[in-house]
Amino acid sequence: MSAETDAPFNNVEISNENREEEDLFASAVQEVSLDPEINGTQDGLEKSTIDDISVSSPATIGSSIMEEIATERSNNIIITITEPQKIGEGMSSYVAYRVITKTNMPIFSKLDFAVLRRFSDFLGLHEKLTEKYLRSGRIIPPAPEKSIMGTTKLKMSSTPSTESANGSPSVQSQFVERRRAALERFLNRVAQHPVLCIDPDFREFLESDTELPKATSTSALSGAGMLRLFNKVGETVNKITYRMDESDPWFEERVARIESLESGLRRLCGACEALATERRELAGRAHEAARAIAAAAAADPHAPLSRALSHLSDLHEKIEHLRNEQANTDFYVLTEHIKDYLGLIGAIKDVFHERVKVFQHWQHSQMQLTKRRENKAKAELANRPEKIEQAANEIIEWESKVERGQQEFDTMSRVIKKELERFEEIRLDQLRDTLLRYLDEHMKHQAQAIRYWDAFLPEARAIK
Amino acid sequence: MMDCIDDNSNDPLTAQVSSPSGDTKVDKKKPNENVSLTDNSLLVDISDALSEKEKVKFTVHTKTTLPEFQKSEFFVVRQHEEFVWLHDRYEENEEYAGYIIPPAPPRPDFDASREKLQRLGEGEGALTREEFLKMKEELEEEYLATFKKTVAMHEVFLQRLASHPVFRGDAHLRVFLEYEQDLCAKPRGRMDLIGGLMRSMTTTTDEIYLGATVRDVNDFFEQETAFLQEYYSHLKEAVAKVDRMTSKHKEVADAHIKLSSCVTQLATREAPHTERFLSRAADTFDKCRKIEGRMASDQDLKLADTLRYYMRDTHAAKAVLVRRLRCLAAYEAANRNLERARAKNKDVHAPMEVQEAEQAQADACARFEQLSARAREELIDFRTRRVAAFKKSLIDLAELEIKHARAQQELFRKSLQVLRECH
Repeated sequence: MSAETDAPFNNVEISNENREEEDLFASAVQEVSLDPEINGTQDGLEKSTIDDISVSSPATIGSSIMEEIATERSNNIIITITEPQKIGEGMSSYVAYRVITKTNMPIFSKLDFAVLRRFSDFLGLHEKLTEKYLRSGRIIPPAPEKSIMGTTKLKMSSTPSTESANGSPSVQSQFVERRRAALERFLNRVAQHPVLCIDPDFREFLESDTELPKATSTSALSGAGMLRLFNKVGETVNKITYRMDESDPWFEERVARIESLESGLRRLCGACEALATERRELAGRAHEAARAIAAAAAADPHAPLSRALSHLSDLHEKIEHLRNEQANTDFYVLTEHIKDYLGLIGAIKDVFHERVKVFQHWQHSQMQLTKRRENKAKAELANRPEKIEQAANEIIEWESKVERGQQEFDTMSRVIKKELERFEEIRLDQLRDTLLRYLDEHMKHQAQAIRYWDAFLPEARAIK
Repeated sequence: MMDCIDDNSNDPLTAQVSSPSGDTKVDKKKPNENVSLTDNSLLVDISDALSEKEKVKFTVHTKTTLPEFQKSEFFVVRQHEEFVWLHDRYEENEEYAGYIIPPAPPRPDFDASREKLQRLGEGEGALTREEFLKMKEELEEEYLATFKKTVAMHEVFLQRLASHPVFRGDAHLRVFLEYEQDLCAKPRGRMDLIGGLMRSMTTTTDEIYLGATVRDVNDFFEQETAFLQEYYSHLKEAVAKVDRMTSKHKEVADAHIKLSSCVTQLATREAPHTERFLSRAADTFDKCRKIEGRMASDQDLKLADTLRYYMRDTHAAKAVLVRRLRCLAAYEAANRNLERARAKNKDVHAPMEVQEAEQAQADACARFEQLSARAREELIDFRTRRVAAFKKSLIDLAELEIKHARAQQELFRKSLQVLRECH
């Protein structure tokens, strides 16, 4: 931790002694108009209400998981990513993003802070979180995918392609913007997660002023990358070949539901993309029509009509722009969200798969135990005391392994259930927000169209 | 000869001041219009149309008080080829050489719809039943719209003839309207097609040849020729582009079908309140599709079709100019004949040959003069007619666009309201 450099809070660790100090700090900033939710008394209140709700709604969840639910409350932390900037030239160049965090959570040393991070740092963070938490049944928010095409193009382009201020942004800046938004979503999801948020690696990522050690294993072409690829292939084979007989109807139902949700979303994603593509093509054709009308207007000898036609041409140029904006809405609001959604589903499937692996492990231990018991029985039949003793020891060893395996599996299943409840809540809210935003933006586009045509109408009427 | 040309060259002065003369033309046109509006002596409409395999049969309904007709009201069944036949009779008639002859209606073309329907049939497996039905419905509407448009074009052609003070008296038109049997305009065979091709080729070559060889001293017509040629090509380009735009717009509308059905599908898997939310959203997309579709067809109707109609009318106006040039060429030939006859009969007193040539030259001159005067009137009339039609279409277009955008805005607003309440 390099929090020392951050002064004035030297040696900030999440330990209980510091908490108090932080709480003081938090209440002191109430006037600074940050949301004062983190307050000792309110905290208690909130915990209890949330507990009540969660207990009453999902009947399937046993109260044993409630110990963790205490931390479950929307974290008061907002992360924004701004100013993607290209650093360096050529193939070794990269885009750095400014990650700005605003929070009054006590575990952070300051109220707001900013760091510079590159894309591979994000992937590194994702990797670390996956390593640490996937096995315990956490849904790790997906990180945006590495796109060799996109990055290479970006590296080759000479201009620093941040968002261009007006007009149509270039392909590169669109790529950067999409990635920026995706990274922002990723970090905020992690931040909203009760457990992942307080992970030291995550905090280091947000807070540490120094550059993070380069996460080499995330590079698509590195040795580690290849290794990961092999692992992935192996796992896929395992996924296909190994069928676990599900004992828990809850999981059976969920797995099926997630599968069908995924296929439905894939179709929807295709439909959205198709709409965006058609709309973009329409923009192109509006442009062509505008050009052709302009030419006809120039050839028209009747002055007022010529004027009206050239206005019509201008209008179509504007409409071209509007259609592009509509396509952007189709794409950035709807399609991106659904892709994102699919990413989350991927993460859930990962967790399911991890559970299967844990189950496999447990079953393996169970098998070994049975074998050892048989050995012992054989030894008893053969009446060979030394063997009996060895077998007995092994049985004890495997018994504890089975017990641990079962425990792990049970805990994991419980955590997954809880994680999925959380996911259910969040996903519906998000889907709802997205659809509302989508409609809202399209409504604005239509308002714009009305303004354009309204302005044109007097021109048409003015033809004498 | 010189006299005539002198007369002509005086003309440009008045012709160049086109706006005042335009005004007088408007005045001149007004009574015409009034006549056609109040004059119910010959009313033509297409009361019914039937699509049979490759051909469309139009039932032409006529109501008249003119004594030339045997009855006051009658119906005949005509096919597209017969309309073309009628148009060609007008084009052939020398008397009408100075008039802009209403362009023949375009051939009924349902290939696009049919092709789409076929593609839809092939891709049936990729669509859900609901999507398929919606697409089919969409296509049927499109087919119906095309059909209606075809009928309207044929009707307009006849109505323009029937309301025209000169064209309405034509014997061929009377036959077309009255004769109950098939006119012998058989569906075009290959020979006929080649004939038509030849004819249009001679028109274009005439246009080029005469344009290059016959020197037109009249600035007005020179300008008109240049304008019409340029204008025609621009309109053609604009029609093509606007058509491409509207057809893409249609596809945008159709893309909503898939979107809507996917959201509906998602909805079925959800808890009741989410299901309600999602199916409302799907409903919104579906309504949005309908509005976008209407937007596309109105654009087609108001913008593309206006441009198309005037593209064809411009072509018809160009034909007048070609006929005028042909007439001019004949007149110049008569002049040359006269010169030759005079030179040959220098010493003869009052030779028959010269007198004949003089007569022929005077006739040609008169014909040319008359044609020019008529053509000038028609072209100026064409300009005002064009401006008025464009004005109307553009206003209609803007109003419809605003209407649809408003409807869509309102749709989004309402569904936002409903969806926000929907928890």
